[in-house]
Amino acid sequence: MASVTDTPLVIGVTGLNAIENPGPGLSVIRSLREGFPNVRIIGLAYESLEPGIYLHNLVDKTYLIPYPSAGSDALLQRLQHIQAIEGMDIIIPNFDAELQNFIKISPELQKAGIRTVLPTHKQLEACSKPNLAAFGKQYGFSVPKTVSISTVDELQVAADELNYPLVVKGKFYEAEVTYTAYQAQNAFYRLSAKWGTPIIVQQFVKGTEINVAGLGDGKGNTLSIIPMRKLYITDKGKAWAGITIADDKLLDIAQQFTAATKWHGGFELELMQDKAGELFIMEINPRFPAWIYLTAAAGQNQPVALAKMALGEQVEPLTDYQVGKMFIRYALDHIADVSEFQHFSAFGELGP
Amino acid sequence: MKLKTNIATSDNGFIFNPATGDSYTSNPIAAAILTMMKAGKTDADIKLQLLDIYEVESKALERDWEDWILQLKDANLLEAR
Repeated sequence: MASVTDTPLVIGVTGLNAIENPGPGLSVIRSLREGFPNVRIIGLAYESLEPGIYLHNLVDKTYLIPYPSAGSDALLQRLQHIQAIEGMDIIIPNFDAELQNFIKISPELQKAGIRTVLPTHKQLEACSKPNLAAFGKQYGFSVPKTVSISTVDELQVAADELNYPLVVKGKFYEAEVTYTAYQAQNAFYRLSAKWGTPIIVQQFVKGTEINVAGLGDGKGNTLSIIPMRKLYITDKGKAWAGITIADDKLLDIAQQFTAATKWHGGFELELMQDKAGELFIMEINPRFPAWIYLTAAAGQNQPVALAKMALGEQVEPLTDYQVGKMFIRYALDHIADVSEFQHFSAFGELGP
Repeated sequence: MKLKTNIATSDNGFIFNPATGDSYTSNPIAAAILTMMKAGKTDADIKLQLLDIYEVESKALERDWEDWILQLKDANLLEAR
């Protein structure tokens, strides 16, 4: 029997902002193109300067979509318009902040012929930054002490409990290591202005940063796990180079996570291994990470596996991968004509 | 002392620990010693061979050997005893 993936697929992808804190979209697209050479990629962008809009070798056509703050109705309306033109088979959302809306409208998307593989609202909430400490306690994961605060006055109470240095984290993205009350207050104001409240204040744990990209089948099984040690870290704490590593403890923690949550879809565990070898979960990202192409390069193409799940194919767990496979990210000045920028800005779409 | 079995070494002296992602470069003598360690030779055998190949006194070799083992321990490349 021919696989449904033998026919050219149309896949919508968000997260085209390949900037210094990159969205995962372009990595997801590179992975998909390896698995489905004839795939048509529909970029879904929030701003007219997201680089992916202009990278026509990766993205066939891009449409502007409303910001998550516009709500799920606005998103659904826009996607229904795009669907009438493009006939997308799958959408892979790649931003934390947009997931609530995508989960909410997934039944309507399904009716329109668009399949998704997403966690539930409950799973998303349980693993969110403000709830991470409670999540760790419930399932027996080591998580640094964490306090969620909504006002700057609460910062002092948190500092008394956790001591400096403290990690001050935005609701969705960004974190700053702070060593004094002054630095912590500045971080609070900056991050709350950008991402809203609550702000998460976390105990600082010194160690080696390791991330794990995984894929859960929604029944408690892990279909793929790739651990990556960060080799070069930017001032935003992002991996600019990394290498796949082999450590059973890392595979175990990912399996425990999917078994505990019955996670459905891609996820990333951000871990810190202290000198004694203890693994702390620093963050759980409910989506693929920006380095996800490394999973394809190492032999477990997680975006392709997720697309197959979306299409209803049976995906067997991927177990082997190449250890010592590296990624080294780079910045490139892509040249585009102002007419393209103008077209996208004016009409909210670009491409044939 | 035994190198961890998963440690990868190459003839040009590159050492890679696949469990941690740490990598190191070593000089030709260190690379040769690592090859002997990986082949399962004992410390005594390796030291004898080094005395045979290089112009070094056994006292100096012992001192350097201790330093070498400390470096390997520090890099987490040795099996726990």
